[in-house]
Amino acid sequence: MLVTSGIDELLRRVREGEVLACARLMTWAERGDPRFAQAHGDIAGALGGARRLGITGPPGAGKSTLVEGLAKSWRRREPQRTLGILAVDPSSPFTGGALLGDRVRMADLALDPGVFIRSMATRGAFGGLAQRTDDLLDVLDLSGRDTLMVETVGVGQSEVDVARSADLTVVVLHPGGGDTIQAMKAGLMEIADLYVLNKADMPGADRLALQLEDALSMRDLPADQRPPILHTSASEGRGLDELAVALDGLWEAAQSSGSLAERRRSNMRRRVVRLVEGRLAADLWQRSGLSDSLDEQLAQAGTLSAHALAADLLATWQDSPRSDPRP
Amino acid sequence: MNADNQLLSSPIRVLVAKPGLDGHDRGAKVVAAALRDAGMEVIYAGLHKTPEVIVETALQEDVDVVGLSILSGAHMTLFPRVRQLLDEAGAAKVLLTGGGIIPDHDVEQLQDLGVGQLFGPGSTLDELATYISEEVARRRATSNGA
Repeated sequence: MLVTSGIDELLRRVREGEVLACARLMTWAERGDPRFAQAHGDIAGALGGARRLGITGPPGAGKSTLVEGLAKSWRRREPQRTLGILAVDPSSPFTGGALLGDRVRMADLALDPGVFIRSMATRGAFGGLAQRTDDLLDVLDLSGRDTLMVETVGVGQSEVDVARSADLTVVVLHPGGGDTIQAMKAGLMEIADLYVLNKADMPGADRLALQLEDALSMRDLPADQRPPILHTSASEGRGLDELAVALDGLWEAAQSSGSLAERRRSNMRRRVVRLVEGRLAADLWQRSGLSDSLDEQLAQAGTLSAHALAADLLATWQDSPRSDPRP
Repeated sequence: MNADNQLLSSPIRVLVAKPGLDGHDRGAKVVAAALRDAGMEVIYAGLHKTPEVIVETALQEDVDVVGLSILSGAHMTLFPRVRQLLDEAGAAKVLLTGGGIIPDHDVEQLQDLGVGQLFGPGSTLDELATYISEEVARRRATSNGA
């Protein structure tokens, strides 16, 4: 089959950890190339070995510097441990372009063969990650990397997709981010397995710590289930070893308690639902004429009902012949 | 959409970097912003990068284009070195382009070595973006989706 040509060879090279092959397979996955989806069933059994950590927080909290510091800590203390990093930055909703600058803060990792860094643009997704983030994490996992970190765009309240891709979610806060805690009570504050109070040497750090404790106490969690709070100064290299050790401890505890397996199941379910919804939407709009007929109806004079138009469109879609079954 | 269409329509990925020792990165930043506004995904690597770092980054990011800004006079060393490392790593189809203060006779020599068009003082950002778009479209069309 023409469409699968080359993928077996590429997968073999990815499993051997070849950089160019990993990078190319990531590009295929990111484009939604059908060859990736087709091959996924064959590689699924080889996935799940890597720890997947999500690093999120508001813009300027120091996420990239923290990710670099964590990577250096693991590499220094455990030279056999290999890492994969996905750094997500926003695409322009107007031009589709993106400036991906997280690598500037990860310069010390550039020539470490044990660390693979990939920058990723959101390409129209609004949850703090790109739509294909899970697929790219799968490629890194397949290539044998032990620990994966995905760094989200700088987020506000509601961009919580990272919690649905990661085994553990780290929320990074910093003093001077305004009344961060108040602003984030509803979304971001609910997804952390661990909080990092970064730039802990800056003025306002003590006050932020108190606010954070206060916000957490309102969540009515038993004391032993409250997410730990760690203090770091990533640019100074302080607190990073402790953070790396704490993350390993949390991950291992989640693995032995069974909560890791539970989270992975629920993340998997959400991922399947997203894929199905994406396919349905693509099928709907690719079906010939639907988009045009909407434009025609909008051009007509008179009162229009958005709900009535949507119902018409869906009825037309349900009655129209299915396109060729696609893999 | 089939694989070929997806390939031709997916955003162009460009690595913008400054090799060598000069610290004038304003031009590189202006170019990075202009290419972003032209709809490209620009990985900005920053200052003082060695050819080895630039090429390793280009490989991991699977870019279509590497753009170097060189104002230090070391262009006859740095461009050929990056081209050589890209080719040796199996990334011969990556377009290597850039700009800076580069005399015409040097430009000709560099192009003979497989470097693309180079943009000196007086070039416009539109010229650069158009060149990259057209050249990447041409290379993608002949690369058979690989």
